[in-house]
Amino acid sequence: MSDIVEKKSSGKVVGVNGNMITIEVTGNVLMNEIGYVVINTAEGVKKLKAEVIRIKGKYADMQVYEMTRGVGEGDEVELTGEMLAVTLGPGLLGQVFDGLQNPLPKLAEQSGFFLERGVYLPALPGDKKWHFTPCVKAGDTVYRADAIGSVPEGIFNHKIMVPFNMYDTYKIKSIAAEGEYTVNEKIAAITDTKGKVYPLTMSFQWPVKRAIDAYAERLKPVDPMITKVRLIDTFFPVAKGGTYCIPGPFGAGKTVLQQITSKNAEVDIVIIAACGERAGEVVEELKEFPELIDPKTGRSLMERTMIICNTSSMPVASREASVYTAVTLAEYYREMGLHVLLLADSTSRWAQAMREMSGRLEEIPGEEAFPAYLESSIAAFYERAGIVRLKDGSLGSVTIGGTVSPAGGNFEEPVTQATLKVVGAFHGLSRERSDARKYPAIHPLESWSKYKSGAVDNDMIEYARNIMFRGNDVGQMMKVVGEEGTSIGDYITYLKEELLDSVYIQQNSFDEVDAAVPVERQAHIFNILLKILAAEFNGFTVKDEVRSYFNQLRQCFLDYNGTIWGSDEFKKKEAELLEMLASKQTGSDENAAALLAKIK
Amino acid sequence: MRKVYSKIESITGNVITVAADNVKNDDLAEVSSAHGKSLARVIRLDKGKVSLQVFAGAKGVSTGDEVRFLGHPMKISCSENLLGRIFDGSGMPRDNGPELEENLIEIGGPSVNPSKRIIPKNMVRTGIPMIDVFNSLVESQKLPIFSSSGEPYNELLARIAMQAEVDMIILGGMGLKYDDYLFFKETLEEGGALSRTIFFVHTAADPIVECLLVPDISLAVAEQFALQGKKVLVLLTDMTNFADAMKENAITMEQVPSNRGYPGDLYSQLASRYEKAVDFEGSGSITILAVTTMPGDDVTHPVPDNTGYITEGQFYLKNGRIEPFGSLSRLKQQVNKDTRADHRALMDGMIKLYSAYKEALEKKSMGFRMSDWDNKLLKYGAIFEEQLMSLSVNIPLEKALDKGWEILAECFSKEETGLRTELLNKFWPKKD
Repeated sequence: MSDIVEKKSSGKVVGVNGNMITIEVTGNVLMNEIGYVVINTAEGVKKLKAEVIRIKGKYADMQVYEMTRGVGEGDEVELTGEMLAVTLGPGLLGQVFDGLQNPLPKLAEQSGFFLERGVYLPALPGDKKWHFTPCVKAGDTVYRADAIGSVPEGIFNHKIMVPFNMYDTYKIKSIAAEGEYTVNEKIAAITDTKGKVYPLTMSFQWPVKRAIDAYAERLKPVDPMITKVRLIDTFFPVAKGGTYCIPGPFGAGKTVLQQITSKNAEVDIVIIAACGERAGEVVEELKEFPELIDPKTGRSLMERTMIICNTSSMPVASREASVYTAVTLAEYYREMGLHVLLLADSTSRWAQAMREMSGRLEEIPGEEAFPAYLESSIAAFYERAGIVRLKDGSLGSVTIGGTVSPAGGNFEEPVTQATLKVVGAFHGLSRERSDARKYPAIHPLESWSKYKSGAVDNDMIEYARNIMFRGNDVGQMMKVVGEEGTSIGDYITYLKEELLDSVYIQQNSFDEVDAAVPVERQAHIFNILLKILAAEFNGFTVKDEVRSYFNQLRQCFLDYNGTIWGSDEFKKKEAELLEMLASKQTGSDENAAALLAKIK
Repeated sequence: MRKVYSKIESITGNVITVAADNVKNDDLAEVSSAHGKSLARVIRLDKGKVSLQVFAGAKGVSTGDEVRFLGHPMKISCSENLLGRIFDGSGMPRDNGPELEENLIEIGGPSVNPSKRIIPKNMVRTGIPMIDVFNSLVESQKLPIFSSSGEPYNELLARIAMQAEVDMIILGGMGLKYDDYLFFKETLEEGGALSRTIFFVHTAADPIVECLLVPDISLAVAEQFALQGKKVLVLLTDMTNFADAMKENAITMEQVPSNRGYPGDLYSQLASRYEKAVDFEGSGSITILAVTTMPGDDVTHPVPDNTGYITEGQFYLKNGRIEPFGSLSRLKQQVNKDTRADHRALMDGMIKLYSAYKEALEKKSMGFRMSDWDNKLLKYGAIFEEQLMSLSVNIPLEKALDKGWEILAECFSKEETGLRTELLNKFWPKKD
């Protein structure tokens, strides 16, 4: 721990401007150092956490993570000599933290309904005993992030590692025997090359703004991260260790989509960073998750979930910190060979927090007054995602999905644009589709993904997309010339596109079966759908007949979507659907012959 | 005894600066000028210089005027005595009643711990079918009324104030025209609702700083009553004036503007007010209904846009009606399942038909031929607008649902409604 200033400094407040204070420092001061402003209030002495964000001569500007009411000139500031850090160790899963890793339910026990200023509690329960099993013995050589033992945490085997900020080569001097320990008890002592001895507990600190890099190498994200949302898995997939963003105007269903993903995603751990959004939405997760059962493990969904919750009315500076807190926790579990999904809702609020601070610092504003470092900050955040090979050969990943709330729903604004530059997939939500109650309201024509799908063959997707575009063109044209002016061939293409939209792209999140569709089923029904899309119907002469035929097909397909995968009902509906298709089909599109051959 | 300072170093807009020591951020001071006394609030400390925002405005303040620091932040008296009273934005009586000084509470307090919130579950009945049936208002919800400037939004608020099933109403007026203020006062007096109402009114003629205080005062008082077990409905009009006051203030303070001149923290400022809406477990609740006028009828304007991201839905007021499209109560699912078996289905069904009516209307205006079905829809749309959508309709939810069935029966056959058979059998009006 040599990168820390040895002697602690102190300071005195000389200026207050909103949640920024200026202090006069005696001694050295570290950029991003944490300090506590000591104030006297009617309720007694309070210490408010703050972070150094600019140093000018003997003055330093600090952002305070709390309201600055009652702070005055001359108030003492205790500097800690350390950067903003989170506590890593067993007991993080299932917890609800604020942006600074304060456990919110514990705060409520202490302070009641309101978030009292200056109350900071340990992130990990200090009294809980963990069953520790060592995996090294005295005399062994270890490096940073090497496991020295493990404890069971819910469904996972939580590795106890050499802290990531210990860069030397160490010898195990002593190690605790298998048994019950709390996170604060000493479980090992290790000696560095100079002979200095360090005691270890099961937890340690890591600064949130530095990426955890204690792995062997970073790999290319290839394997899909299954969300069980058809449109995403089939058309715009996300890879494990990849990044994606969901921009959309208000009311288009960003948060609902995130909630669905957090329930159904096939990953080990889900971290939800509710950053600057409505408190009510977090409450739904808080109250629902403990009662939902994860189908994969049969345990409560909360056991694989962590919620970092800094809602819109909570202090802005800790909102800025909250996404870093969340990603650091994600990286920590990645070091154990787990696949972690981080859902950040919404990154725009985080960007706005940066803008507010930048304004107080009177920095020269960039576009829409966002600071000039907006793009690099967004890029650096998303770059903390990735799939890595650990030193023991196992794989771990952090996937980041961030929502963006563009002003006025216009994607041409700085945050959306800066995000689109760095993410691997873009799931753009459209007001038009959400107004028409077409959910998920991801725009099928404008969205994209750079990852390759695992669910369905790429040529087939290309074929379907082609129909989507052509059908859409016909639809546009029909608005001008009316149904009368459209040829029956074009009209059929248009209906095929509508069918594809309503039975595959749209998904009913309120239906028990349709809400989460496994990839196998996606692949299976996509084959059936492709048969319909590639079919030719030359027998029709009247448009009303075609429409009513397609309405029947749609109804049958929707019922089929609602049946349980592999059940008798499912097979019956499938047969019915194919029969309905055969009754009117006159041939198949030649261009699709190769694709149809693949199905058989 | 607190020190009195009598040398004001600079005056910009409504902000004065004095050299003073031992002053805390957010403390109050009293500025005595030739025009009388005004409160002021410390908004900035900078190496011995203290900047204060003068509530009554800095017009007529002299550099030699006295500034006396009070040593505490802004407080307001909060007790049952407030009921039926009218105050201005700094908490001073606007009626001729006495000043109140008992049980002082701080304004702009901390936010509620999210883990102490509960999933809302009680409906607030208003007697307005477009709200009760189609977008139910839920206790602890925060909803804006998006409206263009000519719409009767204050009439709507006044009606809700008189009819809503809550224990008390707090009305926060910001930048109100004087006639609107009198309108609210008279309407509530006549309707007999004044005794359960507290007014905090800033009129367009009052100093701009007082406008900034209205939401905080209103919500601080609401919070106190809610903690005592009261169901409080806070009506705010007009939040766009509040945002504009913030803009004016930020620009005179030389803050960097972000979007159309509004300060960069517009979202956080609005959110910290709206998020006061809460249901305290085992105690009362705060529900917020706030008018947001849309300059130029543009929903992408920064104020309605930021508001939409904060609130749990929105009502669009257009042509004197609450528009069924675009209007949304995000919490209605929590309550409309328990009202009556036909509530949800009828709500969806009627809106679907109404949207078909809109299409038919468009077809008609483009000169296409009208089919029988189109004519039925046209008839339906007209009746629906007149008998349910009009703001003058005032009936309880159950009556409104019955009315809905009557309208359907008048225009369509059972099968044409697309509603489920069991509901049709149960609720379809029987012909005598």
